Amino acid sequence: MRKRLYRVLVALIGALMVLLVGSPGAAQATETPPPDATAIQVTLQDEANKDAEGNPKPIPGVTLEVSKDGEKAGEGVTDDKGVAIIVVDELGKYTVTLDEKTLPEGTVLDENTKGEATVQVRFQGPNNRAIFPIGVTAGEESNFGKDLAQNLRAGIVFSLVLCLAALGFSLIFGTTGLSNFAHGEMLTFGALMAWTFDQVFKTGALASVSVLLAGIIAVLLGGLGGFAQEKILWGPLRRRGTGLIAMMIVSIGLAIFLRYLFQYFYGSSTRSLSQYNGQQREQHWYYLWLSLADREAIIVLISIVTITAVCLWLAKSRMGKAMRAVSDNPALAASSGLRVDGVITNAWVIGGALTALSGVLYAMQLQVNAFMGMRILLVILAAVTLGGLGTIWGALVGSLVIGLVYELGPLFGVPTSIKEIGPLLIMIVILLVRPQGILGRKERLG
Amino acid sequence: MDILDILRAALQQALGPQAIVFALAAIGLNIHFGYTGLLNFGQAGFVAVGAYGLAVSVVTFGAPFWLGITMAIVAPLVLAVILGVPTLRLRADYLAIVTIAAAEVLRFVFGSVEMKDTFGGSNGLNGYAGPFQDANPYSSGIDLGFISFGRNDLWSLTVGWVLVALCCLLVWALMRSPWGRVLRSIREDEDAVRSLGKNVFAYKMQALALGGVIGGLGGMFLALKQASVVPSDYSTLMTFYAFAALLLGGAGRVMGPVIGSVLFWFLIAGLGSFFSQSAGKGGWIPTVIMTDTQASVIRYIMLGLAIMLLMIFRPQGIIGDRREIAIDGR
Repeated sequence: MRKRLYRVLVALIGALMVLLVGSPGAAQATETPPPDATAIQVTLQDEANKDAEGNPKPIPGVTLEVSKDGEKAGEGVTDDKGVAIIVVDELGKYTVTLDEKTLPEGTVLDENTKGEATVQVRFQGPNNRAIFPIGVTAGEESNFGKDLAQNLRAGIVFSLVLCLAALGFSLIFGTTGLSNFAHGEMLTFGALMAWTFDQVFKTGALASVSVLLAGIIAVLLGGLGGFAQEKILWGPLRRRGTGLIAMMIVSIGLAIFLRYLFQYFYGSSTRSLSQYNGQQREQHWYYLWLSLADREAIIVLISIVTITAVCLWLAKSRMGKAMRAVSDNPALAASSGLRVDGVITNAWVIGGALTALSGVLYAMQLQVNAFMGMRILLVILAAVTLGGLGTIWGALVGSLVIGLVYELGPLFGVPTSIKEIGPLLIMIVILLVRPQGILGRKERLG
Repeated sequence: MDILDILRAALQQALGPQAIVFALAAIGLNIHFGYTGLLNFGQAGFVAVGAYGLAVSVVTFGAPFWLGITMAIVAPLVLAVILGVPTLRLRADYLAIVTIAAAEVLRFVFGSVEMKDTFGGSNGLNGYAGPFQDANPYSSGIDLGFISFGRNDLWSLTVGWVLVALCCLLVWALMRSPWGRVLRSIREDEDAVRSLGKNVFAYKMQALALGGVIGGLGGMFLALKQASVVPSDYSTLMTFYAFAALLLGGAGRVMGPVIGSVLFWFLIAGLGSFFSQSAGKGGWIPTVIMTDTQASVIRYIMLGLAIMLLMIFRPQGIIGDRREIAIDGR
């Protein structure tokens, strides 16, 4: 039953990808007959509301006022083509103010303009232009659809990256019972290592595969980091019988220690990987209606393959079965002859590697920063809680939902700078309604 | 390097307003963690709603000062109920997860551009502390020879340490009462308490609320002392400073958080001053190993290390009792 569920998940991911569409290119065209006098020509276009050919729609009937040094110098109303020509007396710097009350209903100004634009009148004649970008309107269907597609695309990429980290968290939690608050730092570690080795390779003969090589090294180091943590810290603590709550506090200490150690060596600036710094034009891959930038395609591919491999490994292999056994009942697993410590070490190595991979992919998609881990940790925690703490399949479902909520939230009124709110609210609601999570079992709740 | 200078900086901080804020936050945490065994990783959130409860009601809604103070006490109560209802019936991790997430989200919300009109964005709010400053009875500051405090600081310190003393008294009295004994037995064995017919959930909720309110008092005090609230003050670091102070002093002891907080700020300020004098120009540490900016980070690294080592090797802190703190999640 579990395996079937997984197939359904893959199908779901596939179906969601089909829904994606690319954004149409923007183009502008405006022609108006100019009168002879010196004038300011203002064109009002709704950038968020485009016609069939992809041109922004003009906005008619809006009152514009032109002033110089605080004194009114002229007034005009836009025509059918969204153009208003306001005659002024002399050259100089003018301020064009837009009367927001006369805007058609549902149209709002772009955040950066705020109803005012400064225009320098340099020429005799009407070619002194002022531009008001008009931003996204809420509730208009066509815009909403486009935003939905874009955010859905970002959401799928994010949830896959999240899924890798959540799988790592779940493996470790399942086998040791520890909620590892240093998990975010393990992700940062992967990203920072990828960046470091990318710096090494990007100038040499290996420049074309620099990020790939750096990524592989970072994943290996992540696994090694997990191994070291288990051998140096968690293993000995477990053997001396330290309680779980004490261990959680230790993990917080470790998180702070690592976070500021990273800051010590890498500073607090934000960095990008060499091949994906977002400045060069990227090829897009088209498949049906799907349009993914090539790095997004790579991220989706790598994460789906990895997730599938890990799931198959957990379901089929001897070690995978042992891991699930330990996670079900450590005492019973030990008395059935399983080497529990060995299984836990494995979980740390694989968990560390998966989390580092998640960090590498996150660095490819966005950027690297010593503090990224803390912010992502909140989302990871929401994802594993939603799915059910410690259940592998729960981590998959949880991160899919949380990743989409995280990116789609802004469409439904969640302010963009605090996207974490959506996942947190879901987490609180799920704890109220079904505390064991979607796929968790009740006896784990305690 | 000037040893006296380092000592002066350390002592100034150890007796100063920062130590008071963290003593109050740690007293709250002590009720949560030390007495009841609740793992609250979001004390910064309670401190923040205390501070913002005062600032928002006075600045944004134009309420009178006394109402602001009331709100600074009510807001943490509300937060405690919101966080407690879904998590207190569950295993310890859930409360930890939800509180750390809630505290961070609260900070994002307070600092967000979109809610600038209500919470003042990243610049925060100010202009509410007038009545507090007007009530200052001192005409001048105090000079103790080695360290000195200005007139305003002296007033804040008086109010703050009185607040700390009152909270300690309250905790001392409560923990001797039957109510306090129930809290401690919940920490030791929840099921045993339940089998005696006590409503464990209600007791935990009361403990969470009480500790949260004391944390909120810390926030209120910080807001009054600084005369402004800024979201960046209330990061997770604040929670873990308070945790470190509590673990250092000794959890499950009335005076533990106070001693811990004073000592913690003594160490933090001393180390900060030591490294800022040692690194950079004129210091004995070469800049290849440590620059000025790196010198300011090193204390956080040591904080993390200190939390780990304390929890591993001396979980009872300085004055604690090891048997008191043998808490374990199930």
